[in-house]
Amino acid sequence: MGFRPIATTRSATGVPTGKLAVWWLLASEVVIFGGVLMSYLMHRINHVDWTYEAAHTDVRIGTFNTLVLLTSSLTAVIAHHYAEKGDGVKASNYLLLTIGGAVTFASIKFGIEWPTEIAHGFTITSSPFWSFYYVAAGVHAAHVIVGAIIMGFVAYDARQGRDLHRVENVGLYWHFVDLVWIFLFPLLYIAK
Amino acid sequence: MITIDWLIPQGSTYAADIDQVIGVIGLIVGFWWLVTQGMFTYLLWEYREKAGVKAAYYTGHEHDLHKWVAYPHYLIILCDVVVIYFAVSVWYNVKQVIPENEDQEIVRVVAQQWAWSFQHPGADGELGTDDDIFTVDELHVQSNRTMIFNLESRDVMHSFSVPVWRIKQDVIPGRIITGWVTPTLEGEFDLQCAEMCGVGHGIMGAKVFVESPEQHANWIAANSGPVASR
Amino acid sequence: MSAPASDPHGHGHGHDDHGHGHHEPTFIEKFVFPTDHKYIGMQYMFTGMAMALFGGFFVYAFRMQLAFPGINVPLYGHVSPLEYNALVTNHGTIMIFWVAMPVLIAAFGNFLIPLMIGADDMVFPRLNRLSYQIFLVSCLVLITSWFVPGGGFGGAWTAYPPLSSNSEYSLTPLGSTLWVVAVALEFAAFLLGGINFITTAMNSRAPGMRAMDVPMIVWMICIASILFMVSVGPLIAGAIMLIFDQQLNTGFFDPRQGGDPVLWQHLFWFFGHPEVYVVLLPATGFVAEVITVFSRKKLFGYQTILYTTIGTGVLSFFVWAHHQFISGIDPRMANVFTVTTVLISIPIAEMMFLYIATLYGGSIRYTTPMLWALGFIATFLIGGVTGIFLGASGADIYFHDTYFVLAHFHYTFFPIAFIGTFTGLTFWFPKMFGRMLNETLGKIHFWGTFISFNCIFMPLFVLGAAGQHRRIYNYNHFPELATPDMQSLRVMATVSLLVLISFQVVFLFNFFYSMFRGPIAPRNPWKSGTLEWTTPTVCPGHGNWPPDQMPTVYRGPYEYSVPGRELDYWPQNEPN
Repeated sequence: MGFRPIATTRSATGVPTGKLAVWWLLASEVVIFGGVLMSYLMHRINHVDWTYEAAHTDVRIGTFNTLVLLTSSLTAVIAHHYAEKGDGVKASNYLLLTIGGAVTFASIKFGIEWPTEIAHGFTITSSPFWSFYYVAAGVHAAHVIVGAIIMGFVAYDARQGRDLHRVENVGLYWHFVDLVWIFLFPLLYIAK
Repeated sequence: MITIDWLIPQGSTYAADIDQVIGVIGLIVGFWWLVTQGMFTYLLWEYREKAGVKAAYYTGHEHDLHKWVAYPHYLIILCDVVVIYFAVSVWYNVKQVIPENEDQEIVRVVAQQWAWSFQHPGADGELGTDDDIFTVDELHVQSNRTMIFNLESRDVMHSFSVPVWRIKQDVIPGRIITGWVTPTLEGEFDLQCAEMCGVGHGIMGAKVFVESPEQHANWIAANSGPVASR
Repeated sequence: MSAPASDPHGHGHGHDDHGHGHHEPTFIEKFVFPTDHKYIGMQYMFTGMAMALFGGFFVYAFRMQLAFPGINVPLYGHVSPLEYNALVTNHGTIMIFWVAMPVLIAAFGNFLIPLMIGADDMVFPRLNRLSYQIFLVSCLVLITSWFVPGGGFGGAWTAYPPLSSNSEYSLTPLGSTLWVVAVALEFAAFLLGGINFITTAMNSRAPGMRAMDVPMIVWMICIASILFMVSVGPLIAGAIMLIFDQQLNTGFFDPRQGGDPVLWQHLFWFFGHPEVYVVLLPATGFVAEVITVFSRKKLFGYQTILYTTIGTGVLSFFVWAHHQFISGIDPRMANVFTVTTVLISIPIAEMMFLYIATLYGGSIRYTTPMLWALGFIATFLIGGVTGIFLGASGADIYFHDTYFVLAHFHYTFFPIAFIGTFTGLTFWFPKMFGRMLNETLGKIHFWGTFISFNCIFMPLFVLGAAGQHRRIYNYNHFPELATPDMQSLRVMATVSLLVLISFQVVFLFNFFYSMFRGPIAPRNPWKSGTLEWTTPTVCPGHGNWPPDQMPTVYRGPYEYSVPGRELDYWPQNEPN
């Protein structure tokens, strides 16, 4: 069906429809991650012994992954810049770089970090800290992967010169995913 | 006063206080319900469709009309303050402070799927000694003497509820939760579990025996030591 | 009556005019995988009503057990204690998540929002279709949960751990997880659906439609969706943790592993309380639409209603622990929550007063939709005032977990889900199906339902005040509750339920018969001023209006009985 309803062309609030939708999506995601993080914080405050468990997360990998995500947010911003100028090909290229960042992040986490931790006996059931660690980081990683897939579709369309406004919208989502990681990183890796 | 004691007797010192909160609320909401429902019914009758009569045109922001909503509104705020005052006072006395009398009995209450076990102090009057009385599904207390209860669970959430005393407290595994009651009415009463706890939740009742000082002393003397059950 | 003269479904009209270059949709495209908001709305409606049959059947079975303990319930059989818990749990879960939400928000929201704001569809039609598909999967997962070994989940709709997180306690290893997964999928469906409702309502209004010109129901559904989206997150987090506890043996809520059962309660009720306003708001929206039309009066204090609704929504985030007063939270915290909870009565009372004030000076016609709307006000009034007993912490010590709570929330939920649905259905039936429902049958259905409902739940207030606790399958086990008087109240409630169920047959007959054989509806049968009645055919075709005839709005939605005008209504889209 490829047609767009006339409804999509209107903008009584002044904010384009797609962008408005992404902001509301992010509002609900804030509360989802907020729920996980608040639960973690409340437990952590009441359980000082968690520091012993938390000592075993790998700060170097965490830091590297943080840099990867921050760089990918930068490439997403640059992609938006080119989309605004109407250059779909360049925008698509920078989106692909962003996806590359996502793939790097996921590969390091699932290929190196988690297998190492599991091999050392730190599984999801070994202690409450690790339960939270895997759930929080896992839900975040799921959002990274889904975001990368959606970004792939947007990049493909952008390369054909279609729907360039979506570059900004997927970029907004990407910045949010990055922001969640900025909260997770100190809580899971640095607070020891 | 509209109280519920015609449905269930007041069996503890704070039962009357809780019933009083219920009564105050009953009067206030009863009043508001009557007024609102009355006005509603009146309007439905008075403004039914009549031939040749056109409806009026109001936005609802006209001051002389809006005040009919605004003034009751302020009165409700006042009523809310009264309700809060009564509720918080009772709550404070029942849940936030444990009375410190010299003459008290401490009982350990253990909830599990699907029974209540009680550890009463034995003849020495102290809990945690060899002569303690262990019962299953039977709680024995003395009238007009404060009982402190320490609630524990072996498995899931349960809830300690004795309607004639008006008390209720959830029991959480991994914690010990303390409460108190001073029973006044002597007799045999129901204890119900007030939190869904699995297939046996419906049969997790127990009996509470509120005894006179002599009866209670006799019971302690007769049972100090060995496990008692029904 | 073979080919109705006015072609209520508008099929023959101007597809070529659309200039979209797409073909006439096939049956599969139109009814099985639609993107048209009206058809998606219908899908939600019929699915929700089908789930209501399950929810109703379950309550029939367990109420029969309560009135006649040990009975072999006709069409069900004996109700075992394990089954009793599963019936009670799933009745509640179904009615809130699979009836109230899909019917009030998704069905009516989908159907009405684009029509009432003068749009041709929702802004994201394919996302809309996906939301329904996820919702349908959630229904199937829930239904499956009742047939797996061990049976359906029976830990109450509140699913407190450790009972719900540990199958050695719940005895339903598969049912528990499928139940949580079904709920999580339903949440996902409504998160996606909500994006459509909010974005479309905010952005796609017809030219000239200012914020205060939007029909109240549209704002109500929009605000309800916002409330949902901003409150459900913690419970999604909790659901993930619960599933992991159930299947992977993590210990988020297990004290033996360092977890905390009360954490679940907070995550659940932080959502659970706003959720009741999520379902309340659309129902009050229907009432607003109906009482204005049938009293021929402007809504009294439109702006005030909007602000009190937003105020209620915001305040609803600060009351959640009134469900947990005696659950083991710090008793000092209870005082905070009792203050916020009692205060939330203020904006709700104001909303009720404003609706009642709308009747003042009116010219009231007692049609079936109007009876339902008025019935909502009368019943919700009782529900609302009885809530004060529970919000006051001192009184809640006694009332918590008794049938008083149950009667309170049915006096609120029943108007919301049941009465709200019938208000909407009887009012917009002509728009949905192009025909009129039978008024006499409608009135019989209303009175039969209204009276029998009160006969079910009034006795339950008494039982609750007498100390009867919830979720117990046989009250004869407790001497204080096993008296003949109390048992006769239980019987009265059950018999009234049977009467209530019988009257729904009247409705079902009226509904399905009128859908095919009812009198053809005129274009604007209720002489309403809102945009949904201005489509070229009473039953709108694809796109609702031809693209060159999309409405422009010149005034508010409730311009009834304007002085100096001949007609007693002034449609929004008429220039003068």
